[in-house]
Amino acid sequence: MPASKPVAGPSVVSQAGRSGRNWVALSALAALIVLLPVAGLALEALKGSSGLWAHLFSSILPVALVDTVILLIGVGVVTAVIGTTTAWLVTAYDFPGRRMLQWALLLPLAVPTYIIAYAYLDILHPIGSVQGAIRWVLGYETPRQFRLPDIRSMTGCILLLGFVLYPYVYIPTRAMFLTQSGNLVDAARTLGISRREVFWRVALPLARPAVAIGIALALMETLNDVGAAEFLGVRTMTVSIYTTWITRTDLPGASQIALALLLIVVALVGLERWARRRQRYATDARRSRGLTPQKVTPLKGLLFLFAGSLPILLGFVAPALYLTTEAWKRYQFAGLSSRLLGEAISTITIATLATVVTVALGLVVAYATRLRPGKTSAFLLRLSTIGYAAPGTVVAIGVLIVLAGFDRLIDRTALDWFGVSTGLLFMGSGAAVVYALTVRFLAISVGGIEAGLSRIPLSLDHASRTLGQSTAGTFRHVHLPLSKAAISAAALLVFVDCIKELPATLLLRPLNVETFATHLYGEAARGTYEEASIAALAIVAISILPVILLSRVGTAGRG
Amino acid sequence: MAVSRATGDGNAMKQDIALQLINVGRSFGMTPAVKGISIDIAKGEVVSLVGHSGCGKSTLLRIIAGVETVDSGQVFLDGHEVDGGHFVEPEMRGVGFVFQDYALFPHLSVRENILFGLRRHKKAEAVANADEVIRRIGIEHLLDRFPHTLSGGEQQRVALARALAPRPAIVLMDEPFSNLDQGLRGQVRAETLSLLKSLDTTVIMVTHDPQEALSTGDRVVLMRSGEIVQVGSGYDLYDRPENAYAADFFCISNKVPGICREGRIETAIGNFMRPGGAAEDGSAIIHIRPQAISISLDRGDITARVKQRVFHGETEHILLAVDGLDTPLRAVALDRLPEGVEVVRISIAPERVLAFECN
Repeated sequence: MPASKPVAGPSVVSQAGRSGRNWVALSALAALIVLLPVAGLALEALKGSSGLWAHLFSSILPVALVDTVILLIGVGVVTAVIGTTTAWLVTAYDFPGRRMLQWALLLPLAVPTYIIAYAYLDILHPIGSVQGAIRWVLGYETPRQFRLPDIRSMTGCILLLGFVLYPYVYIPTRAMFLTQSGNLVDAARTLGISRREVFWRVALPLARPAVAIGIALALMETLNDVGAAEFLGVRTMTVSIYTTWITRTDLPGASQIALALLLIVVALVGLERWARRRQRYATDARRSRGLTPQKVTPLKGLLFLFAGSLPILLGFVAPALYLTTEAWKRYQFAGLSSRLLGEAISTITIATLATVVTVALGLVVAYATRLRPGKTSAFLLRLSTIGYAAPGTVVAIGVLIVLAGFDRLIDRTALDWFGVSTGLLFMGSGAAVVYALTVRFLAISVGGIEAGLSRIPLSLDHASRTLGQSTAGTFRHVHLPLSKAAISAAALLVFVDCIKELPATLLLRPLNVETFATHLYGEAARGTYEEASIAALAIVAISILPVILLSRVGTAGRG
Repeated sequence: MAVSRATGDGNAMKQDIALQLINVGRSFGMTPAVKGISIDIAKGEVVSLVGHSGCGKSTLLRIIAGVETVDSGQVFLDGHEVDGGHFVEPEMRGVGFVFQDYALFPHLSVRENILFGLRRHKKAEAVANADEVIRRIGIEHLLDRFPHTLSGGEQQRVALARALAPRPAIVLMDEPFSNLDQGLRGQVRAETLSLLKSLDTTVIMVTHDPQEALSTGDRVVLMRSGEIVQVGSGYDLYDRPENAYAADFFCISNKVPGICREGRIETAIGNFMRPGGAAEDGSAIIHIRPQAISISLDRGDITARVKQRVFHGETEHILLAVDGLDTPLRAVALDRLPEGVEVVRISIAPERVLAFECN
């Protein structure tokens, strides 16, 4: 190259001049933050003796692995079926109650896996009211004569998880149905394809990336679950990690199972990335026009309404009703303790802090890939999102190892230089919980924001730059307004998840700080069942608020 | 129009140069998109960059705008280096860009779109600038509308207004008319160019349409595989193409093989001028434009049989089989042949025949 001066900058793709490099550096920082706990975990796992590994492979892992895989497949199928069918129902057909269904279908998102399991264990108890009613109708006297199959089984676990996790598929799939070019559907119709066939031949294939992303997210959530699987007697790897640590305080052992679990995690992350691989070339914003829903006969409409309501009834209404009744009973009996109010404050504070940090980092990572698309930023993005699939317990152990190390280091330095002991700076302040939640949920934030940004044509960036705006100005005046919906959606999803999050909070919260989730778990673990129904109801109620907002964002975006 | 080549003829000339590219190269991974491009563009000049898709013309345009960077070489705008050793961000370059998809901001009204590039101007000045460009382009009635409610022609006008509002020294247009209907295209193009001419703006327009390139540019730059094939006026490129690729780009000719002998090329249908530098006994190809063949019933040196006639209204395209040629000749006739004619006489205007060496 005979250039007169050395040319700065990498020689691969760059879209926005040189200023994008700062963003990539920040993105690298975000990736580092996420990676540190994983590194800590790996170090800890290596400390374990070789004898431990042998024990792991011979006894715990085979059972746990088989159970985990069956659970993942089952939940994947159930969420895919419910998520895509309901999404298609509310976008392609017009029937009474459709608008209500559109947002109501998000409601199960407000019910964490451990709460639905907890609720159904009681609802479907052999001597509970539901089974009693069935026996009464059928004329049986005792549970010995007739009982439903036990909910405490693999099938029960798959169904219950499916009914609360399907919104992860429903949300992106419906968004895809709404934004994908209506022209394509029209084109299919003129080519002689009936409206019903359009679903299989056009809409579903187009929505496949969205469905895959949704399933990947639902499965990561499944892997994270500790409560439901534990209550329902399914011995997943996550539960194994938990018990290995809790019952035997065996940190290296837990780390080892966690590392094995990370392999599955990597596969799921791969699935999500693979599904997103073409999103940067998403449809031209000018041309996308949603479907016009088709009117159906009243009878058919009634049928659709019923079909669409079923997942809501099972995944939300039933457990919510149960919790409301139980909470009311408890309230009548003992009133509302100040302890619960304090827990409300700490729950919301932790969730808000974690959401702010997570969305800020998510913006950095997603924006860096837009400014400087290429191998580096794509790699950083992949790194920074691996935390989501890592179950809360795994992340918690990692964060614990890292921050405890930092705490010791700072304490010793302060002692040496100033003669003051700082104590446990991070671990004692709740920073550890925020850290763990950020690591866990950065993928939601990055994924959502990236998907929103990718819908903005690159020519808009170029237009803004040539019209005098810097990278930052372009972000403020073009990307932010155009991806506001995507960013708020991401923020709300993160917020909900932070409130629902149990294992990491349980393990990393400062002494004497309780959230609703840890309270619920504590009571369930002790088997006391006192205020747990109120705490559970509170979690569900708080989680509904963002769900309602989320549904607003979803419909407001449709001009 | 002042046309200066890259050598630079003193200071007076330099001041007239709006854009200078020196040996500009850019690759994507292993694929070179632009290779060693050098050109000077004078102030007020309208240049059309033409070539088939993938020839690097859009990349070159984006490099000039600064939304793409160079791997090698230098870019100067108005005498200042903007890429190469020292990179100037696109927002500091003062270039206007009209995009193929117009890239209007969907969340902003037409007025806000036009004001977008005037954020750094004082409020009163911004409004005055915007008002003037709005008046000149005649889009007063669209100001409160949003881009998705506009027709293609309206969007194009708004995109142009937005690019011109900050008074850029140079306007870059990437296929600006390709999204318009055929009927509308000519009209919008004429209006746009006369406006740009009246503003004395330097314009670089990318197009893949040979006719558009010939009719709009003071100079036409033909590109192929990231390199410049030929630069010149429309007449230069059409009448005096430097190679077979340039000749074929603007007009698909009949190609007849021949042999160089004694200062001429001998072919099955006669002898023609020989290209300079062709070796004796080397093979050459002559390009005969369809319009250079005149057909009559009795006058002409060559006998031909009519194989096919396709009527186009003003002209008629006729395929002619000639003894000694493997492929029939295509001719475009203005005068109508009588119906049912099978054998005709043809003559070829020798001054309109191009000859190239074989590679």
